[in-house]
Amino acid sequence: MKSQSAGAAATVRIQVNGTEHEVSAAADTPLLYVLRNQLGLKAAHFGCGTGQCGACRVLIDGRAVASCDTPLWAAAGKHITTAEGLGDAAHPHPLQSALIAEQAGQCGYCLPGILISAAALLARRPRPTEAEVRAALDDNLCRCGSHNRIVRAVLRAAQAENIS
Amino acid sequence: MNLAYRLAAGEAGKLPRLPGSLHLNRRLSQWLRFLPDGTIEVRSGKVEIGQGITTALAQIAAEELDVPIARIRMLPASTAASPNEGVTSGSLSTQESGSALRHACAEARALYLAAAATRLGVPVASLSVVAGDIVAAGGARTSYAELADDVLLARDATASVPPKQAAQHVLVGTPLPRLDLPHKVYGVPRFVHDLDLPGMLHARVLRPPSPAALLLSLDDTRARAMPGVVAVLRDGSFAGVLAESEEAALNALAALREGASWRESETLPDVSTLGDWLKAQAVESVVIAERGESGAAGAAHTQRARYTRPYLAHASIAPSCAVAQWTDGRLHVWSHSQGIYNLRTDLALALALPPEHIVVEHVEGAGCYGHNGADDVAFDAALLARAAAGRPVRLQWTRADELAWAPLGPAMTVEIEADLDAAGNILAWRHEIWSNGHSSRPGRAKTPALLAAGHLEQAFEPPLAINPPAAAGGGADRNAIPGYDFPAWRIVSHRLLAMPLRTSALRSLGAFANVFAIESFLDELAAARGEDPLAARLRLASEPRARAVLAAAAARANWAGWRRREGRGHGIGFARYKGSGAWCAVVAEIEAGREIRVERLVIAVDVGLAINPDGVANQIEGGAIQAASWTLKEQVRFDRTRITSDSWEHYPILRFSEVPAVEVEILPRPQETSVGAGEAAQGPTAAAIANAVFDALGVRVRDLPITPERIIAAAN
Ligand code: FES
Ligand code: FES
Repeated sequence: MKSQSAGAAATVRIQVNGTEHEVSAAADTPLLYVLRNQLGLKAAHFGCGTGQCGACRVLIDGRAVASCDTPLWAAAGKHITTAEGLGDAAHPHPLQSALIAEQAGQCGYCLPGILISAAALLARRPRPTEAEVRAALDDNLCRCGSHNRIVRAVLRAAQAENIS
Repeated sequence: MNLAYRLAAGEAGKLPRLPGSLHLNRRLSQWLRFLPDGTIEVRSGKVEIGQGITTALAQIAAEELDVPIARIRMLPASTAASPNEGVTSGSLSTQESGSALRHACAEARALYLAAAATRLGVPVASLSVVAGDIVAAGGARTSYAELADDVLLARDATASVPPKQAAQHVLVGTPLPRLDLPHKVYGVPRFVHDLDLPGMLHARVLRPPSPAALLLSLDDTRARAMPGVVAVLRDGSFAGVLAESEEAALNALAALREGASWRESETLPDVSTLGDWLKAQAVESVVIAERGESGAAGAAHTQRARYTRPYLAHASIAPSCAVAQWTDGRLHVWSHSQGIYNLRTDLALALALPPEHIVVEHVEGAGCYGHNGADDVAFDAALLARAAAGRPVRLQWTRADELAWAPLGPAMTVEIEADLDAAGNILAWRHEIWSNGHSSRPGRAKTPALLAAGHLEQAFEPPLAINPPAAAGGGADRNAIPGYDFPAWRIVSHRLLAMPLRTSALRSLGAFANVFAIESFLDELAAARGEDPLAARLRLASEPRARAVLAAAAARANWAGWRRREGRGHGIGFARYKGSGAWCAVVAEIEAGREIRVERLVIAVDVGLAINPDGVANQIEGGAIQAASWTLKEQVRFDRTRITSDSWEHYPILRFSEVPAVEVEILPRPQETSVGAGEAAQGPTAAAIANAVFDALGVRVRDLPITPERIIAAAN
């Protein structure tokens, strides 16, 4: 995170969960704070601010990245998806349904970032093996020990997506 | 303090004994309220810390009231309204809050049935409750909603209405899905971190670079001049910034850090010889238990060993966070504290306010595994919010604050000696512990236990960590009394009187190290006799429920059918948590390559009646994985001045690709009292892994964590 130069406010267009937004912030502001505090999207969570835990992950043009480590300028003009954008209670994403079906989570703070990593995985490998799921989630930390349930959920979602 | 603690401390008074927390919170209306729309509001003083307690308590309430669980609305705990249930800790919530709610709801149901009988003109005995409707045998009906009247519950509980028997349970004992999970999966804001109040400012604290550092001077010119900065505050060695946005607060914090000059001193022990250091300190010693002649005559020889664990960090995925707001000299705090009333007590002390002028409201944080930074950050926020002119202030710690400044789980040295006869039978057993105290929780001492209180110009002396009393499960001594039938023993706990690193409660307290030590030593004795580790335990454990979990774990893991292969090993560990809680046996199967890889943990647990079996399994799985992480990887690192493990890079935890498969078997005990599951697996998991390492390599690692370097050191 570039926290040294406050920088002058810039106006940047980003597309988040299918909606165009014009946001105004210093160009080096981490995307995470723009999403959470300007757009009110609280799914991406702060965990470390240095790209080491995955709690803040979002999809940028389909790639799972740490939004705490992505300056606003780097997201300009890009398509951003947060966990809110994957689905909601009315229209859940298969991964979200699968996490609930497997009761995968305790505190749940890590889950939105994990959903993003898993969604990126399924987009490039629709039928991953268990080892591939674990490898894809290796940069997401979970302290509650919900790992195995989460892995089962991702495998379940992969099945469901293939059937439909 | 949890309830057991307060009862032990003599707060019970002269009133007749009521179940669980009902004893100290007797008003029925404190616990539940019927609304005309059919909703039933339930308040518990226990809080959701990721363990799923909200769901279990809602299940209990719905069960006793005969309503669908969707009718229950669990209200967040607040000092303005909730029963005071002390701290959510010690795996006691189902015992304390669950049994209170069970009886309060049974009694509330009876009161409503009586009111229904009057309204319908029928005898109470003819009434039944179907999904919240109260139906008479003849067909007349009313409902909780129709009768909703706050006057009915404005009375003290008597616990005279017996709750349901296990055989009548419809919801309790079933794996209902967690109520909080959908929000967490859809990203609906529900964490304290997500609070976004009108006019809210963002704050950060400039924490000192080391535990004993003093702030000599602070040049805040640059920070103050930055865009968005509202205020910079300094009080002694405490300093912080307030800004309009989170990024502005962070930028100002970086500028402030550059403008600070500190005096640091070398106050920390040598991390490489912690085990010796603990034994060399001034201590207060307590004999925890004594049985028979612990220096037995007729011993053929004495075997002894020393085990250690390092300081451990809570390392929650979210840094601690709080929101505080001052209005006309009164303070409102939103916090993920485990003990909202205790936090209020210490805030009142530190801020010289009457407690009635403070409201602490619970909002969920990320997973909480003991006394973390939640209380500290609430005080930080309250201090900085003084400069906010009535606006709410959100303060979030940095990752480094979290790893270096939240209280640590204390390092421990445990020495065990056994006098043996010629056949290797244990005649006497001695267990000695050296450790800092395992509780620095707020709400207990004459001075506030809040971190910043020790940094202010008018600093408060930080209270020395103590050990909770035996009635509350003990602290460093938790699980030091063996769960086996040794003819004689003597257990001694030495509490350090110096505390260079602030220590407090971390999941299972001393039980992690004590069980690791006892169960490792038992394995060493069995190995010396050439006895199978499982057989040794079954020979020494007479309690049927202990034997049952050992047998169940062994059967499920196919202990007897284990096929020996190069580099692989299996091991077993067992304990009854606190000597009064859940019985838990763990079989670990490991592969010893370049590092130790735990492949599988098979766990059998007896928690009495499992209110929500999947919730129990989830907690046991999670606890075991966390314990595997402590056992293999974790260690707070420091030089003589500073804590150096202040990032995930330097405080690694187990990752997805390293996590073992975990199988949990819950022994069905519907007739038995429910006990908590959250901490039962910690000690047995560590021991099972260490014993499996010995089985694989013939190397006994007695110092945690079991890293490749430790294995090499132990082999030489
Ligand atoms: S907060 Fe972005 S990776 Fe940890
Ligand atoms: S569920 Fe708590 S950190 Fe993953």
